[in-house]
Amino acid sequence: MTTDLEALNAAPRLDNQDPTLFGQTPSQTVGPFFHYGLPWKGGADLVGRSDLGARPDLMPPEHFLLATSGVSGAPQGEVIEIAGGIYDGQGTPLNDVMVEIWHANAAGRYASDEDGREEVPLDPHFVGFGRGATDANGIWRFRTIRPGRVPGPGNTLQAPHIALSVLGRGLLKRLATRLYFADGEGNGDDPILALVPPERRDTLIARRRPDGVWWLDIVLQGENETVFFDL
Amino acid sequence: MSQVTSRLISRVILPYRREDAGAPPSLHADYRSTMLRAPRLAPLAIPATLTEVTGPDHAWARLMGPAMADLTVQHRGEPQGQRIVVAGLVLDEQARPVPDTVIEIWQANAAGRYIHSRDDWPAPLDPNFTGVGRVITDAEGRYRFVSIRPGAYPWGNHKNAWRPAHIHLSLLGPAFATRLVTQMYFPDDPLIEIDPIANAVPMPYRQRLVARFDIGTTVPNWALGYRFDIVLKGRDQTPFEEEHDDH
Ligand SMILES: [Fe+2]
Repeated sequence: MTTDLEALNAAPRLDNQDPTLFGQTPSQTVGPFFHYGLPWKGGADLVGRSDLGARPDLMPPEHFLLATSGVSGAPQGEVIEIAGGIYDGQGTPLNDVMVEIWHANAAGRYASDEDGREEVPLDPHFVGFGRGATDANGIWRFRTIRPGRVPGPGNTLQAPHIALSVLGRGLLKRLATRLYFADGEGNGDDPILALVPPERRDTLIARRRPDGVWWLDIVLQGENETVFFDL
Repeated sequence: MSQVTSRLISRVILPYRREDAGAPPSLHADYRSTMLRAPRLAPLAIPATLTEVTGPDHAWARLMGPAMADLTVQHRGEPQGQRIVVAGLVLDEQARPVPDTVIEIWQANAAGRYIHSRDDWPAPLDPNFTGVGRVITDAEGRYRFVSIRPGAYPWGNHKNAWRPAHIHLSLLGPAFATRLVTQMYFPDDPLIEIDPIANAVPMPYRQRLVARFDIGTTVPNWALGYRFDIVLKGRDQTPFEEEHDDH
């Protein structure tokens, strides 16, 4: 009698398929080499077609296979530029990290099934998600529109804000934070800002520079450490 | 719809769960780069708002572009290395499928070299392999891609440090709260046990990152098959509803 070789499978072991281990897949770092895999051309430009966000300088041109901008037209709202440095615990700017943004359109509606408020208009030209690598000097930068206000818990209204994710070498998991505007309507009673110790709120508030750019430095560690959120 | 109704709808926010026991800490001293990059202060717990429970669902084609599910057909010739199929499910914590969600993929070539100007260790590049791909889950949460098995590679963490063979995977999931970037490892790799990045995940949860060799996914005379399911943060079944006593 011979073995039914076709029916043989490898013996199971403690691994991804083990039902006793079922649960959230743990996070791992993006590492230093994500540039040819994640930030597409125009990923950091939510307003028009450009190459903003990508780092094609870090690979041979025939190996840049990521997408180019899919922006279909000009979204409604005030066009803004948001930017800043990202620094480690010694104040060194980080040129090997990546930032993602997520925010509502100018009317205050998220382009998401989960935001079903039909009385607030969607914008066919605005998704609200962006991604950009830091440049050689450790600066992140997006072109987008200024978001409207969205509801908070209970009857509260949140001040205009942009949700940020920071990913990079040395970051075992995504760091989530927010950007508010220094002149934002409702900053004073924003339900999330209110949870932040007053002396740390400034780490979330972008200030308009003379050139018009809304600037927010992100400090991963140490003095003036940015407030990151547990979601 | 009246303003009052609109507010009522907005008030029912079903939060996603926070990270479970398998999440790595931000600071893991054996992984040296975390020393100056991990925040010193604990993250601030905030209630879920519309911002955290929404996400760019269904917009992957406008953002990242269409699927690129075969990493072996992107250049003139076939890449060197062992051809593999990786397949699995994207699920939430209640084991419900997450459909129509994008998985972005990047990896080293068979020799363990990345097509990246900052990767300069003396292993050969492969002109026929970039190592980037993208797949979308179907209505049942299934995905599948074709690639070659990546090689291990040395890195500067400590003397004679080697990363186990791995594939980088990036998922948005349905919401800002479900964002996940992870790495998939191979079951027969002794380097996992001594890798500081994999071991930032406490045991036994580290093994959630180890794919299973599967003869059923293997394609006869063509490619070895591996199963790897990805579990995103889930939501509790019952929405938390606040008292509507103000109208
Ligand atoms: Fe890697």
